[in-house]
Amino acid sequence: MHANDELKLTADVLVIGGGPAGAWAAWSAASQGAKVILVDKGFLGSSGATAPGGTNLLYLPPDEKLRNEAVSQRMKEGGYLSEPDWIHRVLDQVYINLERVETWGYPFRRDENGVPMRDHLQGPEYMKLMRSAVSRAGVRIMDQSPALELLTDEHGVGGARGISRQKNRDWEVRAQSVVIATGGCAFLSKGLGCNVLTGEGLLMAAELGAELSGMEFSRQYAPSAAFGTVTRGRLLNWATYYDEDGNTLYSPGGPRPHDFLPTMLRKGPVYATLNHADTEEKQRILRQSHAIFFVPYDRAGIDPFKERFPLTLRYEGTVRGTGGIRITGEDCATTVPGLYAAGDAATRERVTGAKSGGGAFNASWAICSGTWAGEGAAKHALSTRSSANGRRLQAAGRGGMSRESAGPGQSLDTASLIQSVQREVFPLDINYFRSEPVIQKSLERLNALWPEVYAEVSGDSRERIKAREAAAMAATARWMYTAVLARRETRGMHTLLEYPNLNSSLQHRLTVSGIDRIQVYPEGKPHAQVNHELLEAAQYHVHTASRENESREPDRWMAAAAGEGEGA
Amino acid sequence: MWLCIKVCPTNVFDRTETGLPLIARQEDCQTCFICEVYCPVDALYVSPYADIKQQVTEQELVSVGIIGSWREIIGWGRGRTRLAEIDETPFIDRILPPQGTISS
Ligand SMILES: Cc1cc2nc3c(=O)[nH]c(=O)nc-3n(C[C@H](O)[C@H](O)[C@H](O)COP(=O)(O)OP(=O)(O)OC[C@H]3O[C@@H](n4cnc5c(N)ncnc54)[C@H](O)[C@@H]3O)c2cc1C
Ligand code: SF4
Repeated sequence: MHANDELKLTADVLVIGGGPAGAWAAWSAASQGAKVILVDKGFLGSSGATAPGGTNLLYLPPDEKLRNEAVSQRMKEGGYLSEPDWIHRVLDQVYINLERVETWGYPFRRDENGVPMRDHLQGPEYMKLMRSAVSRAGVRIMDQSPALELLTDEHGVGGARGISRQKNRDWEVRAQSVVIATGGCAFLSKGLGCNVLTGEGLLMAAELGAELSGMEFSRQYAPSAAFGTVTRGRLLNWATYYDEDGNTLYSPGGPRPHDFLPTMLRKGPVYATLNHADTEEKQRILRQSHAIFFVPYDRAGIDPFKERFPLTLRYEGTVRGTGGIRITGEDCATTVPGLYAAGDAATRERVTGAKSGGGAFNASWAICSGTWAGEGAAKHALSTRSSANGRRLQAAGRGGMSRESAGPGQSLDTASLIQSVQREVFPLDINYFRSEPVIQKSLERLNALWPEVYAEVSGDSRERIKAREAAAMAATARWMYTAVLARRETRGMHTLLEYPNLNSSLQHRLTVSGIDRIQVYPEGKPHAQVNHELLEAAQYHVHTASRENESREPDRWMAAAAGEGEGA
Repeated sequence: MWLCIKVCPTNVFDRTETGLPLIARQEDCQTCFICEVYCPVDALYVSPYADIKQQVTEQELVSVGIIGSWREIIGWGRGRTRLAEIDETPFIDRILPPQGTISS
């Protein structure tokens, strides 16, 4: 990195990302007595998938019957990859945290009996409140300061480096624990609030040997106005859908069939009108709920209750998927000592399984995993009784970070790389209507693109950040499609045309790891230990780690799975 | 202090020498409307169009009353009611079309 008068800081815990997960992690770590720094690419309070709109939450009062029902329903919807204990943990924890949010001043509505309705949060209000809670807890917040790479030595993670982009200055924070809370990866598809979510957290963690899980559960597209970006879609429950000529395609109201929009949009334009909100009172109620839904229509001069508006689907990547960094325990630790993951950056499968289903789980998971990761990170840091300053740490970033020219004309064309990746992950015909040969070909093209990320990155802070984002998106796409091909069945949100049924021999989560060479194996199988052993070995070094992994028969399990999957 | 420069998640604005915000990287705008919510002087208008540039004059916007409207709906600013206080979301399924089942 540049030696441009770098800002150097030390803390016990560094939190990377300031959406709900990062905010809760920072607050929780600080509450344990740790010295905490939080860095965000944008701004804690406005940045990420929650802030501009808001979220419905999984929230139930402590009523055993209600909760048990919710748990069994989720187990079923999530394709039995979630764990009842974890769902209960979330229900318990989110209840406590939302009570806290109320005492901090969030004005939850009450019903006729005075019972607080804590199952929805308006994004700007919630995240502004979280920013003050985090500040009050003594956390140092660095906005507009994306992290680009982690620091590491033989003991695990030791901090991170990045750029304060409005000051054009590099920063380095040394910390015994790091929480990755960078959200999911939405590939710059312009879904509401999602263009800051480009997967660097996943890449940074993987560069230290952390594993990912559930990357195949990344098949979610969200509807927005064809001309706009607002991907909050619940109010479409009041819609009737039409084709170009005004013929009705679907009109009963309520949730539309799952494949309806992708199937229809493949054939031609689809329009909607919220005509089921047919009284002024109903219209007022909807406008006062997901208010942001109406902003694009109001500005375009369309009355959405009476006039037809065109729809599109925007790809959401892992954001409303369920995959991310694999966590190994209740404290949201990863296989890398000192490294924790929370929110959409972590796999949510223990709670949501194979389907994020209607959202509500992700927001509650962000709150809970943030709380647990922050606490775990603080305990880890405080138990070491020394500062990360004395460690001989090295920066671990590789893809999209090369400062050396490999020859004239060899510098990285960031915009072109991003477009090439988007061409593989955006099309419904590749990524929604998934089929084995098509995904296989797409993955081959992505793998062929991958070496480009090692070309020289020249230029200013903006270009350096974009190059790293491009590399992270390319890596994420490859992890996704590698996992897709290993799951030869249909489960939760994942489908493969050739394997339309659930395959009981695949009733486990799939782990992927590696960067240049990607491996995939069932969670908990021997491969899962590889990086852990490496970390414990005295001469652990990131740059040799990926090469070492390559010699360990990466495809051994893949071949076995292929045999099992057939004919089920 | 110009909050839009600080809060824009994708860093669209620069600060000019006089300290005023300048839309420096419109192509990075993700149309999240957040700068409007934070603008205390209602000086911003985010076009709803994600991929095309809308040609509008300030006068037109002022005359249709759209400038500052999103901040007003969120209910920030003196004397306003916050949207969160009157949020109807917990109750919307009461008016779900009869054929519909519970949404999530
Ligand atoms: C339109 C929409 C509606 C949704 N509705 C619901 C719902 O109703 N219910 C529900 O449960 N879920 C919903 N979700 C999902 C929910 O918003 C997410 O699960 C939640 O925001 C995750 O929180 P997070 O903190 O992990 O990530 P985010 O809120 O996305 O925040 C991630 C943060 O990390 C920062 N960041 C990214 N990269 C870096 C970097 N390199 N360095 C530093 N910082 C970085 C970003 O700037 C951002 O602030 C919705 C999502 C969308 C897009
Ligand atoms: S609408 Fe555009 S300029 Fe305004 S905060 Fe969002 S991304 Fe930034």
